[in-house]
Amino acid sequence: MTTEAATIGLTHGGSEDTGLGHRGPESKSIVVPYGFWLFVLSDMVLFSALFASYGTLVQATDGGPTTHQLFHRDLVAVETIALLLSSFVCGLAMIAAKRANMVWTQAWLIMTGLLGAVFLGIELYEFASMIGEGAGPQRSAFLSSFFTLVGCHGAHVTAGLLWLGTMMAQIWAKGFQQHIVRRLLCFSIFWHALDIIWVGIFTIVYLIGTL
Amino acid sequence: MPATALAFLLSSCNRGILDPVGPVGAAEKQILINSTAIMLAIVIPTMIATVAIAFWFRRGNKKATYRPDWEYSGAIEMVVWAIPALTIMLLGGITWIGSHDLEPSKPLASKVAPLKVEVVSLDWKWLFIYPDQGIATVNQLVVPAGTPVSFRLTSATVWNSFFVPQMGTMIYTMPRMTTRLNLQADRTGSFNGLSSHFSGDGFPGMQFQVQSLPADQFAMWAQGARGQGPALDGRGYAELSKPSSYVKPMTYGAVAPGLFDAIVANKAPPNPVPPPEHNQPVLGSKA
Amino acid sequence: MTLFGRLTWDAIPFNQPIPLITSLVVLLALGGVAVWVTRMKAWPYLWNEYITSTDHKRIGIMYIVLALLMLVRGFADAIMMRAQQSLAIGASQGYLPPEHYNQIFSAHGTIMIFFVAMPFVIGFMNFVVPLQLGVRDVAFPTMNNVSFWLTSSGALLVNLSLFLGEFARTGWLGFPPLSEKAFSPGVGVDYYLVALQISGVGTVLTAVNFVTTILKTRAPGMSYLRMPVFCWTALASNLIMLAAFPVLTVVLGELMLDRYLGFHFFTNDGGGNSMLYMNLIWVWGHPEVYILVLPAFGIYSEVAATFSGKPLFGYRSMVFATLTICIISYMVWLHHFFTMGAGGDVNAVFGIASMIIGIPTGVKIYNWLFTMYGGRVRFTVPIYYLIGFMLTFVIGGLTGVLLAIPPVDFVVHNSLFLVAHFHQVIIGGVVFALMAGYTYWFPKAFGFTLDERLGKAVFWCWFIGFHLAFMPLYVLGFWGATRRMQHIPDPSWAPYLNVAFVGAVIIGLGIVLTVVQLLYSIKTRDQRRDITGDPWDGRTLEWLTLSPPPHYNFAVLPDVHGEEAYWTRKQTAIKMDQLIAEPDYKPIEMPLNTPTGIICAFFASVCGFAVIWYIWWLAVLGLIGAFAVFVWYAWQDEHEHIIPVEEVRANARERRRIRMEHLHELSQST
Repeated sequence: MTTEAATIGLTHGGSEDTGLGHRGPESKSIVVPYGFWLFVLSDMVLFSALFASYGTLVQATDGGPTTHQLFHRDLVAVETIALLLSSFVCGLAMIAAKRANMVWTQAWLIMTGLLGAVFLGIELYEFASMIGEGAGPQRSAFLSSFFTLVGCHGAHVTAGLLWLGTMMAQIWAKGFQQHIVRRLLCFSIFWHALDIIWVGIFTIVYLIGTL
Repeated sequence: MPATALAFLLSSCNRGILDPVGPVGAAEKQILINSTAIMLAIVIPTMIATVAIAFWFRRGNKKATYRPDWEYSGAIEMVVWAIPALTIMLLGGITWIGSHDLEPSKPLASKVAPLKVEVVSLDWKWLFIYPDQGIATVNQLVVPAGTPVSFRLTSATVWNSFFVPQMGTMIYTMPRMTTRLNLQADRTGSFNGLSSHFSGDGFPGMQFQVQSLPADQFAMWAQGARGQGPALDGRGYAELSKPSSYVKPMTYGAVAPGLFDAIVANKAPPNPVPPPEHNQPVLGSKA
Repeated sequence: MTLFGRLTWDAIPFNQPIPLITSLVVLLALGGVAVWVTRMKAWPYLWNEYITSTDHKRIGIMYIVLALLMLVRGFADAIMMRAQQSLAIGASQGYLPPEHYNQIFSAHGTIMIFFVAMPFVIGFMNFVVPLQLGVRDVAFPTMNNVSFWLTSSGALLVNLSLFLGEFARTGWLGFPPLSEKAFSPGVGVDYYLVALQISGVGTVLTAVNFVTTILKTRAPGMSYLRMPVFCWTALASNLIMLAAFPVLTVVLGELMLDRYLGFHFFTNDGGGNSMLYMNLIWVWGHPEVYILVLPAFGIYSEVAATFSGKPLFGYRSMVFATLTICIISYMVWLHHFFTMGAGGDVNAVFGIASMIIGIPTGVKIYNWLFTMYGGRVRFTVPIYYLIGFMLTFVIGGLTGVLLAIPPVDFVVHNSLFLVAHFHQVIIGGVVFALMAGYTYWFPKAFGFTLDERLGKAVFWCWFIGFHLAFMPLYVLGFWGATRRMQHIPDPSWAPYLNVAFVGAVIIGLGIVLTVVQLLYSIKTRDQRRDITGDPWDGRTLEWLTLSPPPHYNFAVLPDVHGEEAYWTRKQTAIKMDQLIAEPDYKPIEMPLNTPTGIICAFFASVCGFAVIWYIWWLAVLGLIGAFAVFVWYAWQDEHEHIIPVEEVRANARERRRIRMEHLHELSQST
């Protein structure tokens, strides 16, 4: 088929496969999660700048407490298990949502939220006790960067829990409509991404800091 | 336009960084001129070609050949990638060598022992401490001609940048940190110095003078200043630290030993965080 | 703490004539505009057609309007600086004391980069990219609207500092420790930080939007290597935005934590490290300038091809060069502080990397040259800017490579040589492109072209004005003049500074003439109507539509069969004297308007203002409001409306009728 003939008449319909890779704009079910992944990538860059700050300032203790004096591996282990489990049950919630199963979706989502809240609770306890013993973020550059890096992750978890609550309400009120399930998928991407960041944090901050 | 640029450039030949007084500035000027020449050799023909091609291929010119489908040529691509690449390779070599040769902390080759000067940028003036001579000056740097000067620099408050254009390389001064610089003035004379990093309301007043004296005169000056005038002890430094600008050159006849290191370690009086009046208008410049 | 935090009546500049009078004039002007709009009963029109619009074309226009307004403010700052430097020589202190001058140069840089250049570039990408890709809108139209309004919120806060309080006195990048609370206790730095954090969110959302749009939504048959070069540069620019702005968010956020909560990231005590700020801010700052210049290069590519009557030379080379620049832009940041003392190895590596970026840039210049070679160049206003750019930018690139050589930088860092260099590449590179693009795409947006003669006058004002304003600064830089000087120590600099002032005045004339050109062109628009939608004999898909295009752009998404989709289609149609067969029209689903953006920005502004002035209860309310808006929006089920097939068909048939007429004219003349 010559280009001219093709141009003149025979190829409308929007789905011609040119063999060169493009069939027209993708559907929303592809576009929305793709865009959300991009946002998550930008968030990873944000965290990498926080990691860079932490790496630069970890030794700047100004004569104050150091990593070895402050971190407790057992507490971090419990936090980590809570967060990882939270991600796991979030995955189970997605499976239930794909099957439009209201009871199990909400059940797994509640578990996700509760485990996330456990994580947050332990973290807040850790922060409070550090501040209580004079190792707050105003004490030294190291502590500023610690509280900011770990706190920013915690803030993301908090925002995630707010989002989760909103999603649970929406699913309850509106059911498993396409756009609602799409949003739930975006939430689960976000939640798993926070796990990845946490792996980075407990390695670089807590593990290396207590070697 | 290139002609105007050239005229401008020529008129500026003998001032500032283009009139270096020592080996560092001279080397930097040479690199500047060589690199500019190398690049102009590419840039000027390109500019001429731009105007020539646009003009020749203007729509009204029937003599020009219209090639509406010509959009690629491997040979041309090779050339247009090669020209900048080769230029950059050449300049890259100059960069590698020059960055190492002219690294500020590298001591200058000399038969003469270097003079040590410790520099502190304050709000908004320059303090020069001569640890071996036991004196200090404000806004006036006196050096012996032909002798390398080895600087250690810091700031008492915010970042500044120590710069004597005719001597060459500038370097930042940063609180709690020490930077190092090596310069030399080969001829005698008076040269301008300034801060080249904005540091607040009194910044324009941070000008200072460099006096390059024959070596024996320098020694006489240093000896003569010793014991004369105020002492830069704790109280003297606290007084000096108060915000002021456009400070007239002055000399201290005595300096507390280890003052520079104390300033770097944040142990010099007064407290390094300045009093709240820091950002108020400088005297004489109210709206 | 009082109910209004640290906001008191003292915040109003009663004792400072310049901000006071400016504030009054601006308030009067805003009031006047509001009255005029009310008298014309145009609020519903503005609200429906622009403010709540999710149409990328309308949003693009709003971005550019914002940019042009902010250009006036940024330029006012510039001419005040030039005047001060001409007056404050030797014994005179001029008319601006340091605490004012220092705000002015800080505002000048902040506004020009964040609220003129960025919105202008983003505005073009908004307007043009979906049209060139042959699709109906960006991937996330509502988020697009939100991005615009968040950017405007940032602009609002920066300008508010003129009326209430003060702006930062630290330069446009706010280096600590000067920008820390200890040395800058006032509200100025906080205005700066909060405004940029809010608009930064808008920018990241824009980046997500455009990367998704370009990679995932294109007309059928438009594979990557069939995209117009402007879309490639838009992709590269948005990829940079996506990866760079989070770093800015972090570094400004860390400074905010220092200032608000007493943290020690960059303070002089507590182990703070101000060098960390320098590194992070420039890790963002260098890619930022490529965010601006890459789409500018894209505009030049479009203009060069269209007005030479030839395809762009070396398309694949241009794409490769663009992506190379995109990646290398992340590897050069240290060249902004060679004089910090990192050592010979580090300085040399970054210097060489900075030069390597010059290679693909040089290749682009040659490709534009060879685009004109063998062409039939029409000397329109955009081509004037292209040639002006090619002459100006290569010198700017030369001075840039000089600055990339550490030993040279050691004597010209932070000097007026540097100032001249970056203005040369920004004005010669970015501003000229924006003016070219403005002229080039204006008819597509509004249905008539701008007056050509006035356009050329504007060009000459910019070209001559720029050279007069900045060539003397190169000389002064060699003489040892540093930047940001409220007072000039050496009277022999006066003639050069005066020439620079004259240059600035001429640029100002250019800006005035731009306004005159717009008003005159509107008044005489019937003489220059763009009937066919293709006033320049264009080569890319935006010229397929009428001017202005319908809300949904294309009745049917065009099938793309090669590079230069529109050109090939047009040439075939001319040759066969026949349009493409009429397609099957279908109803079209388009997003609804949304007030989400402006409401969200309202709460962001309230929250931001409250944070700046320490009005904590209001900040919390603002945050809650923003969250409530998000939930309310998410709760809606109807985000789209359908355009009936009759309307689509009627518009399309009208377009075909006009095109047929135009086609007959063209095939008769060839």
